Amino acid sequence: MESRLLPLTARPSARRRAAPASPPQRADHAGTLPGQTGPAGAPLAALRGVGVRLGATPVLRAVDLEVGAGQAVGLVGANGSGKTTLLRVLATLLPPTSGSGTVLGASLDSRARFAVRTAIALLGHAPALYPKLTLDENLALVARLLGERPGRATQALEVAGLAGARRRRAAHCSQGMLRRAELARALLTKPRLLLLDEAHAGLDPAASGLVELLVGEVRGRGGAAVLVSHEPRRLRPLVERTVELADGRLQPAEEAGHAR
Amino acid sequence: MRAEGTAVAGGAGTLARQALEVAAKDLRVEARSGEALPVILPFGATALLLLPIAVGADLPLLRQAGWGMFWVVVLLFGTLVAVRGTAVDDPAQRDLLALLGVDPAARFAGQTLASALLLVAFQVLLAPVAVALYDPGLTGWRWLGPTVLLVAVGLAALGSLAGMLTAGLPARGTLAPLLVLPLSVPLLLAGTQVTAGAAFGRSPMVWLLLLVAADLVVLAAGVLAAGSLDETTTR
Repeated sequence: MESRLLPLTARPSARRRAAPASPPQRADHAGTLPGQTGPAGAPLAALRGVGVRLGATPVLRAVDLEVGAGQAVGLVGANGSGKTTLLRVLATLLPPTSGSGTVLGASLDSRARFAVRTAIALLGHAPALYPKLTLDENLALVARLLGERPGRATQALEVAGLAGARRRRAAHCSQGMLRRAELARALLTKPRLLLLDEAHAGLDPAASGLVELLVGEVRGRGGAAVLVSHEPRRLRPLVERTVELADGRLQPAEEAGHAR
Repeated sequence: MRAEGTAVAGGAGTLARQALEVAAKDLRVEARSGEALPVILPFGATALLLLPIAVGADLPLLRQAGWGMFWVVVLLFGTLVAVRGTAVDDPAQRDLLALLGVDPAARFAGQTLASALLLVAFQVLLAPVAVALYDPGLTGWRWLGPTVLLVAVGLAALGSLAGMLTAGLPARGTLAPLLVLPLSVPLLLAGTQVTAGAAFGRSPMVWLLLLVAADLVVLAAGVLAAGSLDETTTR
């Protein structure tokens, strides 16, 4: 699978120039991370006292989080604890109500955040695919919007094991296939910040390898990943540390001590 | 209020390319859903049939009301084309487009382009039905082409704007047409006056200019408000 991925990843993408450049830094997974920071010494993502209210309801409270280059961070928490909201803040899609933060060098409350969005991939609960379009058409749309060749969509689907289903409409695909297609899209977009909600949801063991491949690929390029899961044990091989959201507050995850 | 997104930095070329991609996607989705033409068009044709049934075989009256009825039906049912469900991106799709750097203004323009093309087809297919049922006369028919185009653009832009305003609201299906219909009065007025004026040998240029002005106002409002509306509705 790795070798088939190379043509997808080796080619520099013009759109990546939108994000502030930083030299690729590969994490030393055995010990400290030599490249935990982004441009000008800043982490790729840093939140300081971030709070988010949705209507009158506080969803995040004074969240501090840093994710350095080459790092992968696990995020666990009960339903409704604010995990998805935190991912949307990191994706620059949801401005914080209080506090501050930077993502890929752009402040979350500045217009610069629009310029770094193309370097962020967010895979949420619901698939962001058009049900009436085939998997190939869905990914080709992404490729064209990024200024890439539409043929790279087919390559990405092949890597995700969906070569035989690429002409199938998304509406006719199983949840697992949709998740694979979303992972293929993330491979195609070559993000510097990967945000994966319910990282292993709906994936069989073989497809879980695709998550590892994607996370490894992002980290290998000096990017970072934040992975949400209800299964901390499955996160362990992928992340350096795990944090837990409880009632909107971030704290070190008790069971993640192995990683710290 | 400027539309926000990475396409701004890329310039008008990027904005146009993104808008074309969005329009092509919308049209492909619509072609496979068949919501606009196969479903709404027969309703429009049926509505045109109702007046002759209601007033009976009063041919002079039907002839006089023909184009007026046509424009009323175009606006009532064209609104449904403009705010059709297949033109609505769900929150995950909106997030995806935002992260792909698609400028909200390009999304607005693309959706408007797709809806305008569908509305042109809607009117072109409905016009022969109106002619057959009402025999309104075809004097000044050459003015019909630009009028159909301008009404389509105006209605499409209103539909896209209403779609952005009501995105994510549970009552979107009801609210969006309610927003569009009152604002489409200038389109109705200009459409009927162009065809009536042409029939009586008067130049309809003033009314065409009103249509152009109405279209420009709505398009400008949509492009300028797209960024802010997108930021508000994605929260």
